[in-house]
Amino acid sequence: MTLHPTTPDFKDNAHRALHDPELQKALGHVQHGFIYKRQSAVERLPEFKTLRESARDLKDHVLKNLDLYLETYERNVAAAGGQVHFARTSAEACETIVNICKSHGAKSVTKGKSMVSEEIGLNAAIEAAGMQAVETDLGEYIIQLRGETPSHIIAPAVHLTKEQVEGDFRRVHTHLDGARDLSEPVQLLTEARGVLRERFLAADVGITGANFLIAETGTSIIVTNEGNGDLTQSLPKVHIVIASIEKVVPTLEDVSLLLRVLARSATGQDMSVYTTLSTGPRRETDPDGPEHYHVVLVDNGRSAMLGTEFEDMLRCIRCGACMNHCPVYHAIGGHAYGWVYPGPMGAVLTPSLIGVEKGGHLPNASTFCGRCESVCPVKIPLPKLMRHWREREFERHLTPAVQRFGLKIWAFFAKNPGLYSFASRAAMSALAWLGRDKGRFASLPLAKGWTDYRDLPAPQGDTFQAQWRKRQKEARR
Amino acid sequence: MADATIVALPSNETQANLHTTRKAPEITLTAAPARPRVGLFATCLVDLFRPSVGFAAAKLLDEAGCEVLVPPQTCCGQPAFNSGDRVTARDLALQVMDAFSGCDYIVAPSGSCTGQMVKHFPELFDEPKLAMRARAFAAKTFELVSFLTDVLKVTSVEATYEGRVTYHDSCSGLRELGIQSQPRALLATVKGLELVEMNESDVCCGFGGTFAAKYGEISDTIVTKKTANVSESGAPLLLAGDLGCLMNMAGKITRQGKEIDVRHVAEVLAGMCDEPPIGARKETRR
Repeated sequence: MTLHPTTPDFKDNAHRALHDPELQKALGHVQHGFIYKRQSAVERLPEFKTLRESARDLKDHVLKNLDLYLETYERNVAAAGGQVHFARTSAEACETIVNICKSHGAKSVTKGKSMVSEEIGLNAAIEAAGMQAVETDLGEYIIQLRGETPSHIIAPAVHLTKEQVEGDFRRVHTHLDGARDLSEPVQLLTEARGVLRERFLAADVGITGANFLIAETGTSIIVTNEGNGDLTQSLPKVHIVIASIEKVVPTLEDVSLLLRVLARSATGQDMSVYTTLSTGPRRETDPDGPEHYHVVLVDNGRSAMLGTEFEDMLRCIRCGACMNHCPVYHAIGGHAYGWVYPGPMGAVLTPSLIGVEKGGHLPNASTFCGRCESVCPVKIPLPKLMRHWREREFERHLTPAVQRFGLKIWAFFAKNPGLYSFASRAAMSALAWLGRDKGRFASLPLAKGWTDYRDLPAPQGDTFQAQWRKRQKEARR
Repeated sequence: MADATIVALPSNETQANLHTTRKAPEITLTAAPARPRVGLFATCLVDLFRPSVGFAAAKLLDEAGCEVLVPPQTCCGQPAFNSGDRVTARDLALQVMDAFSGCDYIVAPSGSCTGQMVKHFPELFDEPKLAMRARAFAAKTFELVSFLTDVLKVTSVEATYEGRVTYHDSCSGLRELGIQSQPRALLATVKGLELVEMNESDVCCGFGGTFAAKYGEISDTIVTKKTANVSESGAPLLLAGDLGCLMNMAGKITRQGKEIDVRHVAEVLAGMCDEPPIGARKETRR
């Protein structure tokens, strides 16, 4: 079962977020840390601009030949002793994974960070089948303790302050000394590491996501900064990789290109701390590793985006730079978006995956400032794609009636310059007269959306065009 | 017109320019008449709310040696385009192209409207003939300040403004058209003026057209951060090149009771600061 979207309630979500002081405090860090770090990393790499173009071209090539690369990948996973399962929907993907876990009599399942597992609601499916799912990424572990979902695709607990995390650890880790000092982040980290170590050793199955899948070798790659992915996939006897279909790339060389833009765009690191490759189960000569290796490839609506104006979105390598640079995300955080993927990439992807009827607010809640597109490592034209969603909504009459009506009236005048001139002169003269004392309006009927928050400057008087014509006439006399 | 001139010039240097810069200004100038006919697209907001910006733009263009025309006009169609109404956006694009068909250049005191005409008009037409027409129109359309500096090669203005100012980079101008250094270069030549940079001058003010009204609460949070950065700069005058952003920021500044004036950059460059600042009353001119 997919996480229930609250996206239709976007405005209420945003309202709550804007009035949540803890959240607002936490969001301050996103706004500055990520941006500055990315900027420094980009400045250190003169060819970054060219790399972005190459990365875009590579992903486009893959999307044009996705069937070919998926088949090659599947063949090479099998050759390495693993098995690929294709899942059309969230339900199929969950069922496949739960069945694999059950067939090995699993009780405890550890998980590396995976956004697609959030998308398909995997933890709920695992628990419903009577097994325990343990998130091992620190951020994911924290939000799992809180019963929350990630608010950012690479920093899932970015909406929390360290004081909140301390409270959660004290609440849950009751076996530890109540008087211990947890005031420093490193103390929180050490405690989580100790608790998670037990979980790693007890796990029957380890599930990881994949940043990339390499067709030529059947290899999956994850990048992490904590090393939790390595312990998740190498300690249990079963390793399951879950990935969406567009993660496949042709060769290892291609991955190195994408790795060069990924970490720089995401955290401003040249490389993430761990880049882990896994190819099939343990071979006879390997000292350790899983006995079984499965890959679950999830479509869940992506193949329907191929060949449409939304295909560009499938280039996304999930770095999070778009949300790190988004003024709307900075204001409201990730949860307000109401589903798995927040920020500009979520504003395009969410309607694609759950339908524009539910996800329609997201592509509208953008100022089109274009900062997301300017930092995207694979050059996804995010504002343009959001606009395409608005076009789909407009075509299907999903745009709110008031807005449609207003647009219609405005368009009528705008398309009739003569009438426009007459009406605008009358309106502006009246407004100028009404606002003559203060030079602005603190409230104005029909403009409450504006004047609830800021004044509306009053017009100067007659329109520019009318004044211009008058002056031209006078000059000719 | 420009193309014909390029072909006639045999020098290797010109050929090289042709490949490296899409809008090679030197070439355009060679081809331009001595007194280019510039159609001033005032933008609907300037037309309705702040005609003084239109007159400031006309003065700057006139002083730079242009014949300024103001054909009857309404809107570039951006509100329709960004609301998903492509049909209306196309109709208005055609209306604009018709109205300005007799001009050598089309110039607007707005990066946002110019962005619509330069970047998005060509996207609106699939028909080859119309698409070609939109591209040709886009090629001769410029934002005011960048037209002065990049095309007319204006390097200084005859204006005086005593005091410190800070400049907000409006998003479309900055990211669609690369306008950042041009206004600063001209402001630096205004006598008595000192430009102080605010933090995050390149971050959105939260206007976003209909966004400001549709998602007023979020827009408010964004503009509040912006006005805090403006205050922090210490400059008593905020400038920008787009009236939409300016009305948003000015509206917030007056609501907050801050002692900061707000003007379009063209007003200062043209030395035309006689009208009260945006959203201020006449007798409280600071």
